[in-house]
Amino acid sequence: MTKQHANWSPYDNNGGSCVAIAGADYCVIAADTRMSTGYNILTREYSKISQLAEKSVMASSGFQADVKALQKVLSARHLIYQHQHNKQMSCPAMAQLLSNTLYYKRFFPYYSFNVLGGLDSEGKGCVFTYDAVGSYERVGYSSQGSGSTLIMPFLDNQLKSPSPLLLPAQDAVTPLSETEAVDLVKTVFASATERDIYTGDKLEIVILNASGIRREYMELRKD
Amino acid sequence: MSKTVDLPPKGGFSFDNCRRNAMLQKNGLKGPSFLKTGTTIVGLVFQDGVILGADTRATEGPIVADKNCEKIHYMAPNIYCCGAGTAADTEAVTDMVSSQLQLHRYHTGRESRVVTALTLLKRHLFNYQGHVSAALVLGGVDITGPHLHTIYPHGSTDTLPFATMGSGSLAAMSVFESKYKESLTRDEGVKIVVEAICAGVFNDLGSGSNVDVCVITKGHKEYLRNHLTPNPRTYVNPKGFTFSKKTEVLLTKITPLKEKVEVIEGGDAMEE
Repeated sequence: MTKQHANWSPYDNNGGSCVAIAGADYCVIAADTRMSTGYNILTREYSKISQLAEKSVMASSGFQADVKALQKVLSARHLIYQHQHNKQMSCPAMAQLLSNTLYYKRFFPYYSFNVLGGLDSEGKGCVFTYDAVGSYERVGYSSQGSGSTLIMPFLDNQLKSPSPLLLPAQDAVTPLSETEAVDLVKTVFASATERDIYTGDKLEIVILNASGIRREYMELRKD
Repeated sequence: MSKTVDLPPKGGFSFDNCRRNAMLQKNGLKGPSFLKTGTTIVGLVFQDGVILGADTRATEGPIVADKNCEKIHYMAPNIYCCGAGTAADTEAVTDMVSSQLQLHRYHTGRESRVVTALTLLKRHLFNYQGHVSAALVLGGVDITGPHLHTIYPHGSTDTLPFATMGSGSLAAMSVFESKYKESLTRDEGVKIVVEAICAGVFNDLGSGSNVDVCVITKGHKEYLRNHLTPNPRTYVNPKGFTFSKKTEVLLTKITPLKEKVEVIEGGDAMEE
């Protein structure tokens, strides 16, 4: 008998968009709360944002089961880190850990598209952007997920950052104030929702700054 | 010894490019993508006529290509048709049949009948064996009363008191199945149609934006374009945005073409 080609995939795409913007003394991480498959909405309020450590927050879209598994691994690894070092992991350290965790499954990847935002040891905003197998880069702002192709060019236009190849190395953080950055995030999500069918329902915004962590919500189109 | 001779085709379809296209596709060529109207379309019969409804979203894969397109097409003054599927197909097939109906009216001097439109549509679709991807809800009122039909891309048809089509058809049908009854009034009918379309708009990602309605009664019709607009933009930056830097002009140089042309008089005459 000839072998039948398996028509089953271990992956699904549950859609959604994520954005993170780093400022001089703050970091804004945002994602919509729609979870969908095909033409169906599974739920209108599923948070794609998870706080991995005191000063690092990850927003992930892609396949929800893989995202969940990834979050579980990272929080377990962070717990071990806390026991061993008696302190919170820094955001750049968490960024490297996330990369390693993704690359560990290089040939059966986590189907997740992440942005990690937080504050570094100096309290400066930092954003790390990833692909599914762990390639990462520290940037000033980034967007991932189903609406990223609509969002990224707009962010590029508004917040063009210096080339990472410049010498001496330039600061990648955006020149915007915190409220301006939050306003920009609201606008890009309202716009992405207009044209991307997988983005919508509600926007969750997490703001990290010197005074701690804060959450904001905004309604998006529900169609 | 007999030789086969390639005769020019006498008619019918040309399949000349099929093998080539199959080969190109096997070698990794992506075929062109079409504008699909993911769509919720519905229709119902009420006490004095027919009500049609549609959403207004057109998609190309995951991207919304048109936020406010028209899916209720004109067929005849007393007949309209909702279309789902490939936008070009629904548009072309309804335009074509509407023109045939017009000619038929000139010929007979009578109002078009819904069954005539139905037959013309299904014959065309059956000819193309499902390759013309148009799923239609046809409704109208003629001399024999109100009629509502659904037509599938392969050419099969149904005659129903209430009907739904498109990717949001299940969401819309759930409303009809729970709320439809015989001899509804106009306002009750419109309310149920709007509710059915809204069910599609909010629960099916292929459908969205606004609700269009068309009420057809004996000798009268009402096309309610954007009857309901339940999805306004959620956020506008109060300060607006600036897109400061234009494309820079690095160099301006005008080269007059005239002076570059050299006309030589009395050259060699052109050969015959």
